[in-house]
Amino acid sequence: MTWTPELWGIVALSLKVALWATIVALPFAVAVAWLLARKRFWGWQIVNGLVHLPLVLPPVVTGYLLLVVFGRQGAVGAWLYDLFGITLAFRWTGAALAAGIMAFPLMVRAIRLAIEAVDEGLEDAAATLGASRWRVFRTVTVPLIAPGIIAGAVLGFAKALGEFGATITFVAAIPGQTQTIPSAIYGLLQVPGQEGAVLALVAVSIIFAMGALILSEWLARRVRS
Amino acid sequence: MTLDVHIQGRLGATQFDAGFVAPVGVTALFGPSGAGKTSIVNAIAGLWRPKTGRIALGDQVWCDSAKGLWTPPHKRRVGYVFQDARLFPHLSVQDNLRYGGQHDEAALVELLGLGDLLTRKPASLSGGEAQRVALARALMRRPDLVLMDEPLASLDGPRKADILPYLERLRDETQVPVIYVSHAMNEVTRLASYIVLMQAGRVVQAGPVTQVLGDPAQAHLLARGDRGALLDYTITAHDADDMVTTLTFSGGTLTLAGQIGTVGNRMRLRVPAHDIILSLRPPTGLSAQNVLPVTVTSVHSDTQGGAAIGLQAGNTALWAGITAKAARELDLQRGQHIYAIIKATAVAPA
Repeated sequence: MTWTPELWGIVALSLKVALWATIVALPFAVAVAWLLARKRFWGWQIVNGLVHLPLVLPPVVTGYLLLVVFGRQGAVGAWLYDLFGITLAFRWTGAALAAGIMAFPLMVRAIRLAIEAVDEGLEDAAATLGASRWRVFRTVTVPLIAPGIIAGAVLGFAKALGEFGATITFVAAIPGQTQTIPSAIYGLLQVPGQEGAVLALVAVSIIFAMGALILSEWLARRVRS
Repeated sequence: MTLDVHIQGRLGATQFDAGFVAPVGVTALFGPSGAGKTSIVNAIAGLWRPKTGRIALGDQVWCDSAKGLWTPPHKRRVGYVFQDARLFPHLSVQDNLRYGGQHDEAALVELLGLGDLLTRKPASLSGGEAQRVALARALMRRPDLVLMDEPLASLDGPRKADILPYLERLRDETQVPVIYVSHAMNEVTRLASYIVLMQAGRVVQAGPVTQVLGDPAQAHLLARGDRGALLDYTITAHDADDMVTTLTFSGGTLTLAGQIGTVGNRMRLRVPAHDIILSLRPPTGLSAQNVLPVTVTSVHSDTQGGAAIGLQAGNTALWAGITAKAARELDLQRGQHIYAIIKATAVAPA
């Protein structure tokens, strides 16, 4: 194994992309999971389908769609650039967006299962004790689904860290800009004599994955006790 | 302050059309499973919104469909004790208690014996302990109205006996209406002063509990085992040698097996209608000790071959359930003076 400053850069960028993807997606995932678990409304099937689409579509297709929508010429991308000067395509922020969207269905599924397991009778009891709906959500629902939120966040983080297809299609693999661990491994495998660097990145991937799993177990146990 | 409930709506297979007025004190909402008692209580708490109707506590109107008025549950000052306690599993007993308010905390912890439980989590409590915590939690809101949905139903016999005295003290000290849902007649007769009989989403009878249960014309509304009048009596003597207790009421005296209560105490007794035997002449040579001279006040035959005979003993109304055939052969008439034989073991204190 050979450590080089380039490898550190790749690992740091991957962590940054995955962390931002998870942190930004998590509140939306909780909201959407709650909506899907508790409400029946016109278009419920459409929302459910859209949320799950990245799970079943080829990731390259998701990446292409991101490029179409969020690219500099895209419907949303052009608007973002004109109004705020924000560019997503071929930037690390775009990599975070792609990773977040790919991780989103996994997060929603884990959190939704937890919400469906909550006894609504407890929320009713809180309401009769004078708690507004927002207080009921904060003080009863969220503590009861905390293990599900943690599981969803860890699952989402792991997925974001490993995302390849959509990321490389949307933002390519520009060293120092958008080259995350998976795209770096793929790139290094094309070059003879880089086995040491590949091995190092593989080892880092395994350590992160194991670390995330152990951390989530520990957090979930702390929440429960 | 009275609670005024008139609601119509549909929930599942039950069509509701129910109305009653509950005064200060305990009002029993009584009826078989599936009669819709819990749904009525949920509507009062604001957890179920009926299609039309009006719910008001004193001058606070919580629901008035004609004016499009609906107060959400958290804005009604209601203390709701659920059948299944519903303690928050992630909070300690103390944090559960304080969730809705902190009124009278020390007094309620003392009254309900919760001092040793405060740091525990609900999962480690027994059913009876959890129900006591739920009761205190509801009362710490200092509610304007207390709702209890079969608070004893999930408990076994001894645990029920543990909690009933607390409920009696609450009844004696509270100044607000208490709605007590139950399908157990012994709880109703022990706690309630007013009763609302429900069947299939409708109120079939409402009134003071002694009056409703003492009226043989209402008998068909109750299950056979629940039929029978209530009488208020005074404990006048304990006989230590024979191990019996003498009770006096306006219609005479009764002797019960065992040493019951304290001499001088007033208590209420339920006399099951089917445990009264009628005789035209004073009976002799009977093992039953309790024979009361009574006057027949009414004779109702039902379509099932039964007859309800209204009886007056002093100024107390009783009634007996016998077969229509027996009533015909005895030729019972209003105003007739006869004798009622009550098996002493059958008239356990309510």
